Amino acid sequence: MTDPWIAFDLTLAGGMLVVAWLALASRAAFQMIVMFMMFGILASLSWVRLNAPDVALAEAAVGAGITGALLLRTLSSLRHAPKERAPHWPIAMVAGVLSLIIVGALGAALLMAPEASLGYDRAVAIRLDQSGVTNPVTAVLLNFRSYDTLLEIAVLSAALAIMLMLGSKPLSPRPLGPLFLPFAKVIVPSSVIIAGYLLWLGASQPGGAFQAAAVLAAGGIVLILGQHYDPRARDGALIRLVCGIGLAGFVLVAIGGQILTSEMLRYPEGLEKTWIVMIEATLTVSVAATLAALFVGALRKGTTA
Amino acid sequence: MSVQDIMGVGIMVLGTVFFLAGTVGILRFPDAFSRLHAVTKADNLGLALIALGTSILAADGFTAAKLFLIWILIAVSGAIGGHLIARHALRDKS
Repeated sequence: MTDPWIAFDLTLAGGMLVVAWLALASRAAFQMIVMFMMFGILASLSWVRLNAPDVALAEAAVGAGITGALLLRTLSSLRHAPKERAPHWPIAMVAGVLSLIIVGALGAALLMAPEASLGYDRAVAIRLDQSGVTNPVTAVLLNFRSYDTLLEIAVLSAALAIMLMLGSKPLSPRPLGPLFLPFAKVIVPSSVIIAGYLLWLGASQPGGAFQAAAVLAAGGIVLILGQHYDPRARDGALIRLVCGIGLAGFVLVAIGGQILTSEMLRYPEGLEKTWIVMIEATLTVSVAATLAALFVGALRKGTTA
Repeated sequence: MSVQDIMGVGIMVLGTVFFLAGTVGILRFPDAFSRLHAVTKADNLGLALIALGTSILAADGFTAAKLFLIWILIAVSGAIGGHLIARHALRDKS
């Protein structure tokens, strides 16, 4: 008997193709962004179907939510509407051939993958009790492969640094009416609580620093859009400090691990959980500040490009 | 199938009817305001019913409480989102 889920999966896959095509084929930039966000939500659903709730959470919060907000923000600060031009056919040809090669290579990789390679599942499962956490994804991200996470934070910090150097058109939120304050009063405290919950959950279940940071950043963006808090008016230096502290703290952990265990990014035995929770808590606040700062743009008052 | 299952699934199916009505409203209604009217009401009630249905099926009270929280948050966001879009549309019109 066939799995009844197959109908759902086929609809989902078909929907993703349609939405991806609409996102690429739309003439209006706004429509493209909305389609991209929809694609993110469908992708998140497909991760749920692939039994990867961690990736699904990250995709929904970062891929569909925060990225969409950043794209819309970018669109609003463009001086000219982006001009739509049909690419010349040689460029279109080259792009088409390259895409086909990538599709072919991915397909070949999938077909030729040896049966036995089930990813890192077994290796992680064997050593999970040494990691200090019980969620294998968190164990990989913050213990076994924490070097990768460190570099991700570095990329995020670099993006913020470049944006601060280039400057941006300052955000000019419009008045949002009398209903926005009660809304913010519900949403902002909830975002703090939910971020804390996701952070704590990360040790044993799907959740963790990035998802928590995205939720916290969303709460911050609500405050900023409602003009309840203007990071440019004050605290500019403080916010830059908070943004930098994630990377700085992680680097300090790497050095501390080197000194204490003579191996970079290795945590002292027995204290793994404490170290991971400390890193994750710092990262949550710092990444949330970075994401919100990327949304706001120029942090200094009066800076324009 | 227990009574609980039937109740839960039944309420969820009823919820999807509201989603369907909201979607038809978006596609069929003539202007932004009536489309908003259709989609905010229908989605809100549809989601409420689906959340209620899933809480009946949920294993424990904590999951049910989380589902209730999700419904509250989406209801509040949906209401304010609809309000903001209507405000914007009204300003564009005048």
